[in-house]
Amino acid sequence: MTLEAWLKAAAEDAERRGLPALKPLLETLARATAALRAADFNDRADR
Amino acid sequence: MITIEEFGRRLRARQTTSAEVTDECLQRVEAENPRLNAFIRVTADEARQQAREADREIAAGHDRGPLHGVPISVKDLLDIRGLPTTAASRVREGHVAARDAATIAHLRQAGAVFVGKTNLHEFAFGTTNEDSAFGPARNPYDPSRSPGGSSGGSAASVAAGMALATIGTDTGGSIRIPAAVCGLVGLKPSLGEVSIDGVVPLSRTMDHVGPLAQTVADACFVHHALLGDARAVLPAPMPLHGLRLAIPRRYFCDVLDPEVRARFDEAIERLRASGVHVDEIQIQHADQIASVYLHIVLSDAAAYHASTLDAMPERYTPNVRIRLEMGRYVLAEDYVRALAGREVLRREVDAALAQHDALVLPTLPIPAPPIGASTVQVGSATEPVRNVMLRLTQLFDVTGHPAIAIPAGQTTAGLPCGLQLVGCRMQTDALLRVALACEPQITLGFPRSGNVGG
Repeated sequence: MTLEAWLKAAAEDAERRGLPALKPLLETLARATAALRAADFNDRADR
Repeated sequence: MITIEEFGRRLRARQTTSAEVTDECLQRVEAENPRLNAFIRVTADEARQQAREADREIAAGHDRGPLHGVPISVKDLLDIRGLPTTAASRVREGHVAARDAATIAHLRQAGAVFVGKTNLHEFAFGTTNEDSAFGPARNPYDPSRSPGGSSGGSAASVAAGMALATIGTDTGGSIRIPAAVCGLVGLKPSLGEVSIDGVVPLSRTMDHVGPLAQTVADACFVHHALLGDARAVLPAPMPLHGLRLAIPRRYFCDVLDPEVRARFDEAIERLRASGVHVDEIQIQHADQIASVYLHIVLSDAAAYHASTLDAMPERYTPNVRIRLEMGRYVLAEDYVRALAGREVLRREVDAALAQHDALVLPTLPIPAPPIGASTVQVGSATEPVRNVMLRLTQLFDVTGHPAIAIPAGQTTAGLPCGLQLVGCRMQTDALLRVALACEPQITLGFPRSGNVGG
């Protein structure tokens, strides 16, 4: 799942659950996840 | 307030009694707790009874060791049999602990006197102590400011002389942060060294139990009692001359309040002048620390809280509830990436310590923040309080290395600053020997905490 797709789905879910205050926190989490995915310690199947 | 070490000397010289010092602490609770909100529950009657029993045992020649008769407070996250463990949350209404946490049982064996259970950030999930079902605990140095968190009530209780030491927990810095802003020593032991049985978890893979106290020696006594080693004697300080310390300057000294930086640099200069060799090293993946920590702590916490988040969400404080909910959206693949990052960071800290006795860095980039502040000015930058509070401590919860916070002077406004030393994994005693040696140079010229506000 791409981060963009994840964030869109998570924000929609938060809205559906009546938790709009969660959306800015999900954006913070998305930034942290982007950093984590970009780290050079991640394994890749093609290497 | 008297230290544990001094209390022990006077007790055994028949110059004081446990009943007398326990009474002093309880009088301080009466005078200061309405202002500081450090305690959720005060167990005055039980404490007086335990103190009298300790005095009787010592008079009869049954000496249990350095903690015998010592009044201590306990973060209300640890089970004490017969008492509620609230975790500062309404979610736990009606709970009563059936038995002592393993560490509490050890303290009981050591003859400690329990004066009460202290306030905390709800479920230990925060660094300021603002979000508590019992209201915020306050900093004895300035009650408009946070005592740190999550063990904020614990730190306030010792800094204000309501206990001689306290038991806290540390998952991202929750012992060391309150120690720093309340002018105390705070020890996070090595991961897995001290039992977390009977402790309400935040992250079972990163939770640590440890002491906050007025001195390194006192922290050492309490740490050994927590391990079940009640009769431990103080280890010899490492010789200062020739000691090898390393500063991880990049990242860890990038975002610092100017006065915190000045106190840190002054302490380093005093150590150098005493013959300590201070190098600089790098933690290569330091920029990944926050993201690794966040994905692990959120996932672990969300798993523990999932059923109560669904069943009784209104019982959480709003901020804690919403951050716990955030953890339910972490993907498994990202959690696995965080675990890989954890191993990388662990190896990098191991490597940094290979040629050194300890790492040395500030404990907290800022002095105590005002209660209610969401951002804070650090030099010319505005930073979120939560990020700044965790920035220098969370790495060692991720990697499991033991770390000790030591008071390192004050700002011109009289707010404490802290410095931390970090040792090799499963070598907490070696770290304590380094800390015992360095403490006089780090704290030089500043009054000890323990009677603030009195």
